[in-house]
Amino acid sequence: MAVRRLNRALLYLLLIIFALIYLIPVYVVIVTSLKSNAEIDLSHMWWLPKHLDFSSYGEAFNKLAPNLGNSFYLAIPGTVISAVLGSLNGYALSKWKFRGADVLFPIMLFGMFIPYQSVLIPLIQFMTNIGLYNTIPGLILIHVIYGLPICTLIFRNFYAGIPTDLIEAATIDGTGYWGIYRRIILPLSISGFVVVGIWQFTSIWNEFLFAVSMTQPPNQPVMVALQNLSGSQIVQWNVQMAGAFLSALPTLIVYVLLSRYFVRGLLAGSIKG
Amino acid sequence: MSQNTPPAAGLPPVPTKRKRPWTWERAFPFLTVLPSFVAIVVFVYGFIAWTGWISLTKWNTLTPNMAFVGLKNYARLFTEFRFQADLRNLLFFTLLFILLCLVIGLLLAVMVDRKIRAEGFFRNIFIFPMALSFIVTGVVWQWLLSPRSGFNLILKALGWNPNHLPGWYTSTNIIPSIHWGQIQFGIPVALVAVVIAAVWQMSGFAMALYLAGLRAIPDEIHEAARVDGASEWKSFWKVTFPQLRPITATTIIILAHISMKIFDLIYAMTGPGAEFVTDMPSVNMFNTTFQGQHYAEGAAIAIFMLLALAVFIVPYMVTSLRKEGD
Repeated sequence: MAVRRLNRALLYLLLIIFALIYLIPVYVVIVTSLKSNAEIDLSHMWWLPKHLDFSSYGEAFNKLAPNLGNSFYLAIPGTVISAVLGSLNGYALSKWKFRGADVLFPIMLFGMFIPYQSVLIPLIQFMTNIGLYNTIPGLILIHVIYGLPICTLIFRNFYAGIPTDLIEAATIDGTGYWGIYRRIILPLSISGFVVVGIWQFTSIWNEFLFAVSMTQPPNQPVMVALQNLSGSQIVQWNVQMAGAFLSALPTLIVYVLLSRYFVRGLLAGSIKG
Repeated sequence: MSQNTPPAAGLPPVPTKRKRPWTWERAFPFLTVLPSFVAIVVFVYGFIAWTGWISLTKWNTLTPNMAFVGLKNYARLFTEFRFQADLRNLLFFTLLFILLCLVIGLLLAVMVDRKIRAEGFFRNIFIFPMALSFIVTGVVWQWLLSPRSGFNLILKALGWNPNHLPGWYTSTNIIPSIHWGQIQFGIPVALVAVVIAAVWQMSGFAMALYLAGLRAIPDEIHEAARVDGASEWKSFWKVTFPQLRPITATTIIILAHISMKIFDLIYAMTGPGAEFVTDMPSVNMFNTTFQGQHYAEGAAIAIFMLLALAVFIVPYMVTSLRKEGD
């Protein structure tokens, strides 16, 4: 019994040590961002600020506010369109296994694994030709298209759990394809929409490669602006950390509120979910 | 076979279906998927084909020059110092990253799975870095691993010789430095700094997968081992771990796939690095194409990345979808 209790104590000790290690970057971000310019000193990085100073947040916000706006303007419509298309595709593929569905789906799915470098040059040419290069709607289009495989996959797996009997009963009652979607599938889809919504919002918000290759100031999303901010030598560490905190905040809030759905989205990425 | 599969051609149709004539409605499912399918065919397969074609041309200037040169761009790539360094870095980054994520992920999952108090709290702490952008991670870890600050201050306080503190991502050391082709082969020290940041961000993913795997193992299996008198350590390696093999395989594939594509973290944290010690094919492709205007060479790097990924993603997709069909 004593051994057991000792083991238990060791287990908690180890867990706490790991948790503290994982939180080190959070500590440093918060502590650094609350220091004044005068207090930023390489050798006192770990120290708490002597006086709380929020000026670095003001400066970071001034620099990043337009880009934060761009990111919302990008991520919200992108997420909504992706989720709607994913839901429709998932419904068609899981509940109406029409001939050829087994061929179409894997062909679509492969699109989520490609390195986007392999489509980047034609994509820029294409976006330039249709006049959407260096625009947020252009980026929305890109994220919707390359998000189709994962959104379709998540909804397809999700709808596989809805009993087929429900659909068959409705068919016998004479309910049509869209009627079944509206009256049976859609009301049961809320948590599917939450999972896909979180997934797409987080990925679009955090995405960098498309953003940096498709936009120039002032149309850049926040991650590109944050990278520029940290790349410039004249910006102090406190402002950089405040900027990092501000640009991470929207996805962190989503995570804190809905972490369970977030993890489900993560696991769905491994195909079988 | 699920019940709603339409009858295959040649078999007698289910009675209820015979009564209904063909209507447009029968085509609705296909028509729903069609626009998405066409978009993916064009934006994925069409654009890949176009990139492949560019990689075979002379377009290494600002203005397109689509004269065909065969595999010349690829041949040149493999003799370049920078690309050889990329291959070395990709190899060691992938190995270290996957190994550390698996070990830490498994350890955390086993600990969290022991019916602990505040399980959700610990789980959330280990997973939250995944909600962040690699750009944020890069910016923050650049500060934490700065040679004159961060962890080096702690090392100094612990009595490490101040003249021999690690240079982290600024180091150009390669261990062991074996001459190979144009480059020194070995693990670049600077790359370890990037691996640390990447593991901080992604080990929670391995934990989440392992946790799901552990929870799927039926309790009877543990009971049986306990009745047999196996020690906990032995029962873990002999009974539990073999059950986690499929999860381990999946995790390795997903992590390898992330590591082969990694771009943002490198770009934000270190860039290509001095002597390309932290360069990756993805970063090389970006610089070569958009800063160097060597479009054909950039396209060749992109196609190399795609092929390197397809080698393990395609078998993975085939096996998981086949398993699903059973």
